[in-house]
Amino acid sequence: MAKLKLLPSLPVGLRAPTRPGDPVEKKGPIGHAQDAGIHAVDWVDERTSLSGTMRWVMFRPIPKGTNWFYTLGTATMVAFINQVITGIVLGMYYEPSATRAYESMKYINNEVFLGEFVHGMHRWGSTVMVVLIFLHMARTFFFGAYKYPRELNWVIGVVLLVLTMLMSVTGYLLPFDQRAYWASVVAMNIAGNAPIVGPFTPDIALGGPDVTTLTLSRFYLIHMMIIPGALIGLIGAHLYLVIKLGTTAPPWVRADKVSAGLKEHQE
Amino acid sequence: MNQREKEEYLREYAVLKAQGKPFFPYIIVKDGVMMIVVIGTIMLLSLLLGGELTAKADATTTTYAPRPEWYYFWAFELLRVVKPPYLVGLATVGIPTISILLLILLPFYDRNPERHPLRRPIATTTGIFLIGAMFFLSYLGAEAGAPSRIELGPPPAIQEADQATQTKWDLGRKLVAQSSCGGCHKIGENGNDGPGPPLTEIGDRLKEGAIRETLINPTAPMPSFADLGADQIDKMAFFLSSLKSGGEDEGASATGAEGGGAESEGGSAPSKAP
Repeated sequence: MAKLKLLPSLPVGLRAPTRPGDPVEKKGPIGHAQDAGIHAVDWVDERTSLSGTMRWVMFRPIPKGTNWFYTLGTATMVAFINQVITGIVLGMYYEPSATRAYESMKYINNEVFLGEFVHGMHRWGSTVMVVLIFLHMARTFFFGAYKYPRELNWVIGVVLLVLTMLMSVTGYLLPFDQRAYWASVVAMNIAGNAPIVGPFTPDIALGGPDVTTLTLSRFYLIHMMIIPGALIGLIGAHLYLVIKLGTTAPPWVRADKVSAGLKEHQE
Repeated sequence: MNQREKEEYLREYAVLKAQGKPFFPYIIVKDGVMMIVVIGTIMLLSLLLGGELTAKADATTTTYAPRPEWYYFWAFELLRVVKPPYLVGLATVGIPTISILLLILLPFYDRNPERHPLRRPIATTTGIFLIGAMFFLSYLGAEAGAPSRIELGPPPAIQEADQATQTKWDLGRKLVAQSSCGGCHKIGENGNDGPGPPLTEIGDRLKEGAIRETLINPTAPMPSFADLGADQIDKMAFFLSSLKSGGEDEGASATGAEGGGAESEGGSAPSKAP
């Protein structure tokens, strides 16, 4: 008979839930108020069964040998969340028009409380995110973690990389200073060289042959809505597959040397 | 991977997993520490480097040298080294597109069931080589001097001359830099090497008068600079004719060249001369 691995028991501070057979103890209003939080969580759980999902996510077994290299994915996601939050704050002040964009960025830098700090976090956060993506990808490559059964997750990861690079291209223009403007002109000249789609790229992305206020609002839309939406959806899929398939063990950790301990459970 | 190898892997993975620990709380601690490190690093970078802006965008300037974000320097370098026009499209769009496709399809053409990096010599070597190539190209791209600047110091003959000559030389240098000669000519460490010939030692080959003639009546596809006026062309020709091989090293390293705050790197260019 296989031993069942039970979930860890509740911490001492928490009461065990009452079961149908338990004697009903009388509670005053204070007792009911104390239970209000538990009841609210129960109410939601009864209608969503989220506690099962939470257990599935939080108590999933991670193979032995997992080391610090395996935190690079989380680190990338943290950098992305940083970009989302600082991006929302910047979006509260930013105006995507050729005449006002630069002034609004100056306003953020000089007038808004901690404005330059948040702007800096967004700007350098993008650099940190790109570095972490490459490190995460190098780890996946050298550990052979893209192989069966995780091929699809590798594909999603590469798409996430491409989307992140596009985020940095579109975000680079938004401050609308000299560096932003001329880098975008060059980027669009390069894109215009592409075979087949090249001649149409400037019309679609720039809204005309030059970088103008139309370009700015298009890049803003792409940077604020389209790519972030795609990124969030794909990160969700990426994480779902990570949890569903499990994280890999480092390739030098072999199971056969350590399987003796497992055999006694199988008897 | 065939069916047997797949099942072998899944069986071994199940064993490893059974011997592992639950994500919460054992593994999540590491992720939590990493989270703090990442946010701390971003905050530190923001405090140290800030979010400074350059001047407001101006479509009429012609001298601003655009620089991409550092992680595009490798593409920037590809664009700089690939000269023939029919290859530019391939280098700037084709190579990235092919790389992305190769990356996406990696699990489908790498069918080797082995996962250990040392037992996959081809994959590991290719990976290390590609990372090295990216670093190398990025380094070259980062080091490349902007084509709208000339970071050369005056040669000894000019340094010993009077103040007026030195001023004329420097004005000529700035004019040449701003007239986008660097778009087609390499001058010292700056400018693109082609389609025009390098001008680092043009003084050896052409006299000042010949250079002036070329500026006014060039051979196609070089444009004529006659619009600038005789005075400006004089200065440019004077500057260009002073660019000779040898004897420049000491002069260049002695004097900071660029008014725009760039370092003088002129000394390294003539030393490559035959």
